[in-house]
Amino acid sequence: MVASVIDQPSTAAPVGPSTEVCVSCRGVVKEFGDGESRTRVLHGINADVYGSELTLLVGPSGCGKTTLISIIAGLLYSTEGDVILFGTPQSQLKGSKLVQFRAQNVGFVFQQYNLLPSLTATENVAIPLLIQGQPRSKALVKAREVLEAVGLGSRANQLPSQLSGGQQQRVAIARALVHEPRLLVCDEPTAALDAQSGQVVMDLLKRVAVQAGRAVIVVTHDSRVFTYGDRIIEMADGRIAEPGSTQH
Amino acid sequence: MSWVAWKMLTGDRAKYFGTVFGVAFGVLLISQQMAIFVGLMRRTAHAAIDVRDASIWVMDPEGKNVDEVKPLSDSDLYRVRGVEGVEWAVRLYKSLARARIDNGEFRQSILLGIDDHTLIGAPVKLVAGSLADLRRPDAIIIDRPGYRLFWGDGPIVLGKTLEMNDRRAVVVGVCDTTPPFQTFPVMYTRYSQALGFAPRERNQLSFVLAHEKEGADPQQVCQSIRTSTGLAARTRSDMIWFVIEFYLRSTGIPVNFGITIALGFIVGTAIAGQTFYLFTLENLKQFGALKAMGVSNGRLVGMILLQATIVGCIGYGLGIGMTSLFFESTQGVTALMGFYLPWQVAVIAAGAVAVIIVLASMISLRKVLILEPAVVFRG
Repeated sequence: MVASVIDQPSTAAPVGPSTEVCVSCRGVVKEFGDGESRTRVLHGINADVYGSELTLLVGPSGCGKTTLISIIAGLLYSTEGDVILFGTPQSQLKGSKLVQFRAQNVGFVFQQYNLLPSLTATENVAIPLLIQGQPRSKALVKAREVLEAVGLGSRANQLPSQLSGGQQQRVAIARALVHEPRLLVCDEPTAALDAQSGQVVMDLLKRVAVQAGRAVIVVTHDSRVFTYGDRIIEMADGRIAEPGSTQH
Repeated sequence: MSWVAWKMLTGDRAKYFGTVFGVAFGVLLISQQMAIFVGLMRRTAHAAIDVRDASIWVMDPEGKNVDEVKPLSDSDLYRVRGVEGVEWAVRLYKSLARARIDNGEFRQSILLGIDDHTLIGAPVKLVAGSLADLRRPDAIIIDRPGYRLFWGDGPIVLGKTLEMNDRRAVVVGVCDTTPPFQTFPVMYTRYSQALGFAPRERNQLSFVLAHEKEGADPQQVCQSIRTSTGLAARTRSDMIWFVIEFYLRSTGIPVNFGITIALGFIVGTAIAGQTFYLFTLENLKQFGALKAMGVSNGRLVGMILLQATIVGCIGYGLGIGMTSLFFESTQGVTALMGFYLPWQVAVIAAGAVAVIIVLASMISLRKVLILEPAVVFRG
């Protein structure tokens, strides 16, 4: 059952397992282009994402989902409004501060995995730790542990090209979690996978990624995975389509 | 992240080797052609290079280079000897002579007549015979390539004879010299003997070789000689450059070699730049992912520069190695004898590689720097 809790504006109290708001969008507007070609993609989004939950961001192609998670993850700046990330307004995080914030607090899972083809699974998983400046040997040990946790311990030394799509996505999930981020952003993680692999990936996200104090946002238009969401935010034409919903 | 950069670079072996060999090929072209050019220029000044014991060369002021001189008179020698600061001065004869051996075969040769008494200007490195034997009647010392040209391969046998200007000459020694530009045989004999081997002219003294007194400045002494005698006087190194500059000015050699060297630079830059650029383009998504995960632009620049530096260093090493191997393996070839890889050429080639690498990485860097990390979310 899908119940509404999407905030427009965010006034309704969430009915999930947690009431801790990790990400709060306040009047987020995003425009691209200049002059007459200026296009407004997001029209004042107000939405909250809660910790210890898996939030699905759904809607048809072109509705602004990707733009919104790009802003939430600190990859794009909003034209107006602000995003409060774990109590810190994103507008206060500019340049290298934002890059550093991303490195420490955000994990990414991409539709096309984006694993480095010349690195083994373990080495790929170790990258966020290396970015944080951890020694390679330590990072590889930790990466190996996380790979074990996602069930790929036996594939640790294989290159991405030697893994199936589902396995590559699991490596990508391990990479997104290895540095224990407070926010996990997943963009269409099942879009390139068959139904079975998609289920495995969503199971994994639900089982491993969702933890106390961590917000997990999954962008998807794959209705088969809707059941995995603790909360669903539905978008249409750059707006929140209807008041949000939870399902437990 | 340096380790990640290294793995990204070497992960695709074909592209990695393609980029490295692009640079190596460019370095080979640049360094090999520059070294040949330098070697050729050295050859033009072989006479000045091989006379080690005289620090000053005096010639007629109208002389264009070491092969185009207006002979001096004997009195000029005495005038030079009389200049303040000159320790000693001796004769040197230099011209072309036609040498013929027993079977009628003949070769144009470079004939050098050195001072009868002091033998100043004699070859430094004898491979057979003795310098003292040059005092014997009709004695000549011939360079090794010249000996091979007349009498072929096989053990060197002294006592062979040849004819110049209908006069008999006896080979009493074989030497190694700086190979001449024209690749003619080089023959050393005493000055008095050389006059007999060459067609008679009123004046036959090509150069006066001199040396300054101990403690005197050779440049100052040259100036004194010029002022006192009206003759052209140059230090040994000035003389070498005087000849080289003549060839640089008067021949198409620098232009032709310059074109090849420029081509080497362009080809090296193009191959390395294009391969490196394609490598970056194909990894753009990965760079975007790294950017999204929190790798700063500065760190990405460092990674790309590191990759470029690795490619540059390995490519340079291979290229210079191939050039060295070329010169090492052609030392026995008469036509290429004396060519070598000067360290200055190696340094210039390194500079060229640095420029190639900077250009190649700059093209790639721009792409990465303007890359929005949000690109990773666009399927």
